[in-house]
Parts: sequence; structure tokens; C-alpha cells
Amino acid sequence: MARRRSFADLSYALVIGAIALVAVLIIVTPVIVVLMTSFTENRTLKFPPTGFSLQWYAQLFDPVASRPIQRAASNSVEIACFSTLLGVVLATGASLGLSRSRSRLARAADSFFMSPLVLPGITYGLAALVYFSLLGFSPSLNLIVAGHLIVTMPFILRTTTASLTQLDPALLDSSASLGASWPYTLRRVTLPLIAPGIAAGAFLAFMASIDNVPVSLFLSNARTEVLPMRMWGMMESTLDVRVAAVSGVLIAAAFLLMLVMEWTVGLTRRMRD
Amino acid sequence: MSVSSKAMTPPSSYDDATSPLRGEGWFKWSEWQLALPLALAFAALFLAPLAMLVAVSFFADDKFQQAGFGSWVKFFTDPFSYKIIADTLLLGVKTVGATILVGYPLALVYLDLPARLQKVLLFIIVLPLLLSVVVRTFAWIVVLGREGLLNSLLLSLGLISEPLKLLQTELGLVIALTQIEMPLMLLPLISVMSRLDPNLRDASAALGASRWRTLFKVIVPLSMPGLIAGCLLVFASSTTAFISQTVIGGVRLIYLPLVIWQQGLVVYHWPLAAVVSLALVVSVLSVIAALSWLNRRSSGHLHG
Repeated sequence: MARRRSFADLSYALVIGAIALVAVLIIVTPVIVVLMTSFTENRTLKFPPTGFSLQWYAQLFDPVASRPIQRAASNSVEIACFSTLLGVVLATGASLGLSRSRSRLARAADSFFMSPLVLPGITYGLAALVYFSLLGFSPSLNLIVAGHLIVTMPFILRTTTASLTQLDPALLDSSASLGASWPYTLRRVTLPLIAPGIAAGAFLAFMASIDNVPVSLFLSNARTEVLPMRMWGMMESTLDVRVAAVSGVLIAAAFLLMLVMEWTVGLTRRMRD
Repeated sequence: MSVSSKAMTPPSSYDDATSPLRGEGWFKWSEWQLALPLALAFAALFLAPLAMLVAVSFFADDKFQQAGFGSWVKFFTDPFSYKIIADTLLLGVKTVGATILVGYPLALVYLDLPARLQKVLLFIIVLPLLLSVVVRTFAWIVVLGREGLLNSLLLSLGLISEPLKLLQTELGLVIALTQIEMPLMLLPLISVMSRLDPNLRDASAALGASRWRTLFKVIVPLSMPGLIAGCLLVFASSTTAFISQTVIGGVRLIYLPLVIWQQGLVVYHWPLAAVVSLALVVSVLSVIAALSWLNRRSSGHLHG
């Protein structure tokens, strides 16, 4: 079918194309700028950076000078692992129980479990601080795990529920009619089929925990500091160029993890749907 | 060729219709057995803290001696509070506007790309979402700073004679938040748009409509649910983006999250912090509720 090439169509292509190009630039430029800056010889964040050196990365891995960053990073990874693990167990259970239910209570519970996504994180962070303090708990990594569990679990619940609703019920019925017990069907049919959904959600929850600011802001202190808080401190005080190096490491890690998740479970498709 | 899994699976209503054995009951113990651990965790770690936050707000002093509405009165009789609330909501509105302006055309381009390039573009869109907000905020300091990319570029092009002050201004903050929040606008938009029947656009073109007319008469109305979902996410996220607001906006631009942080962790006046954070929840959620209402109305209009 021949398309009419009118002035209107041409202007459409130009305007939409130009804005879309700007959008891609806005998305990509800051990331590239940070990567370039992290290799600077300078002590400032001047752009364009001068020279090429790995000194900021070297400093980052210096066990003495960068001990606080390294400890914050290991705290962050530990918290993210535990909160994701707990989240996977709890969310998969709830999803198996409730996703196919049509009862009103189950539907209400489902939106309730998703509500940390819309509640301003900083409000929940303050609430958790007030609650744990007044109950007499002293700050610890466990409390941060509990807080992160609440705000990251919805990611797992969402992707797991999505895979369960796409699961053909005939598969479960045939497994049952062939004499498989309920746990056997769960282990051999249901779980393998929804595993990619769980994995995608677990990945998003893990990243959300590593990235979390509002809850960590209130629950972490100098002893239980996490990476975003440490970086915030470094940015507020001196604008240390090491922040660029940390960012470089995080960008590389996120990029690699995302490629792996894309190949194994089709992450972007799950995020889009 | 990969076929979208969406096309292969029946819609959930069909799924429900084929399993008539499931009743419409109110509560089924068998369903709840597996959901109970999560329900308990949410009761203890989510509901209880929020209930306690509400309770704490009804104390007038930071030692929890005087019960009453003192903190509420203190916050809501201060004219400055209303300015902060308005500024916070306006920041959200500006960010939403900017993400629509820049993001919507990108979503349109995504629709027209071949499948392979669509994958690449989606990857580019999603990647910043997985980068720490702190990293993205830091990136904008490098871009917007006095010696940053933007000023260097404008200076060398001769467009300005001395560096613009972009950090610690609302303009700089909105520019940064546009990038930081853009994936939240694009994902729901692209999700809804790629489910639109391409025949609709061809039909509009065949009937003689220009591409602009097709955009405003066909694509925009049909993508409304995605657009509104995107607005919800961007609004909720930008109004509460504490790190970006404080680091790029500086201390002179005051938004509600900064006040909550100051009262909660600097002054330790928890009742007042609780009042401010509840004011934040109510103002953000009421805007979100209004948008969802619009969404239901617009989708009702389309199907009815």
C-alpha cells in the first residue's frame, strides 16, 4: 500500500523522531558521562575529563582508605540477599494460594500486598523507625532486612502472579487426573513453569533492595550503613570522585546482571507486560 | 521469530469462565494456608508500623507526654506548610509533564521499530531503572555542574558567556527527575501501546487521516490507560524522591520529604514528622486516586 507523503506526515516524522532522539540522549548521556568521569586524572568532576587513569578504582579497592564503602557494599548485598530470599518464599506461597481465587477477600489482599509500591517510601521508612524504636529494638541489619522485605516483595508477587495466571489450568488438571498428589504437581509442574517469573521478580526485588533509599535512610546508622547512604554522604560532603568509580562498578554490575536475566528469563518482556 | 506470549495466552476472563468449579466465596481456608505467612508478615511489619505512625502523630511533644492534636495544629496553622505541600505536588506535576513530553514520542517510535531494534530500545529504557537512584542523581551533578557537560557544551558553542547555575534550581531538578523517572512512564505506555491493533492505524491512514490526526484521534485516546498508569508512577516517585531533591535541589528548595527527614532524624520530633509524612501520603494518594478515577472513566468510555 503506497503511503501518501504529505507535509503533515513529514513534519510528524521530523518532530516525533527528533524528540525521541532527545529522549534517548537524556536517558543514556548521564550514564556515559559518569563512566567517562570515573577514569579522570583530575580531583574534580570537570567535564570533559582530562587524561585517563584507574586511580579512583584503585582507591576504591584500597582496604584502608575505602573500608567504609566496602563495608557498606557488603551490608547492602547481605540485606538484599536475605530480603529477596524471604520475599521469594512468602510471595510464592501467597501467589499459589490466592492468584486463582476469585473471592473478594483474596482480591483485596492482593492489592493490599501491592500497596507498598504506591505508599511514599519515606512514610513507611519513618513508620518502621518509630515502630522498631518504640518496641525497643536497637538498629541492626535484621531490621533493615524486614523493612526491605515489605517494599521489595511486591515485585516478586507481581511477576509470580502474572506467570501463574498465564499457566494453563489443564496442565494441573491432567497432572491430578494422572494420579499425582498436590505437592508432586507443585514440584514437577507448577514450580518449573513459573520459575522464570519468580526469578524475574527476585531480580527486580534484589535490585530494589540494593537501590533502596527511603527505608534505609531511617533504619540504617553508622554501624549498619548501606551503599546508597554511604554514597549520599560522600556526595553531600566533598563530591569525592570515588563516587564516580562506585557508580562505574554499579553500572557494570547492573548491565551484566541485566544481560544475564534477559537471556535466561526475558526480563524486559516481563517488565513491559 | 518470537511471538509475544501475550498473543498465545487467553485473557484471564476466559480462564475464569473455564473453571466454573471455583465459587465466589468470601473466605476459603485452603487458599489462605499458603498466603498466611505473608499476611502475618504484612500485619506485623507494615500495618502495625503505619498504625503506630498514626498514633504517634496524636502527641504534641517529642517525649510523648501530651496527647492531642497539637502536632496537627502546629503543621496546618503554619502558612509555610501549605507552600511546601504545593511545591511538592507541583514538582510532581512538572516532572510528569516533562516525562510525557519527551517519553511519549519515544514510545511512538518504539511502536514503529522492527522487533530486533525494539528489544535494544527496551533494554536502553529499562537499564537506568536498575541503576541506583543515587548513581543517577550523581550523574546529573556531573552533567549540570558549573564545569559539567551541559555548561561546557553551551560555552564552547558560544551560546552562553558564563556558566548557567543549574544545580540547586528547580529547573535542574526537573531535568534530572525527567531522566530518573522516565522508565516509569515508558514501561506502562509501551505495554499498552504494543497491544493496540495495528490495523487501527492503517485504517485511519487509509481513510485519509494524516499521521498527526491518527496520533491524536486514535493512538492517544487508546493509550490513555498506559499514559495514566505512567503518570501515577512518575508522580508518586518524583514527589518522594528524597535523594534527588536534596542533592540536586539543595537545601533551599524545600519539599515534604526533606521536612520529614529533618523532623524525624535531625530534630527527633517524631509526632511532627508523623504528621508531615501523613500529609505527604494524603496529598500524593489523593492525586493518584483522582488519576485512577479518570482512568476508569476513560476506559469505561472506550468500552461502553
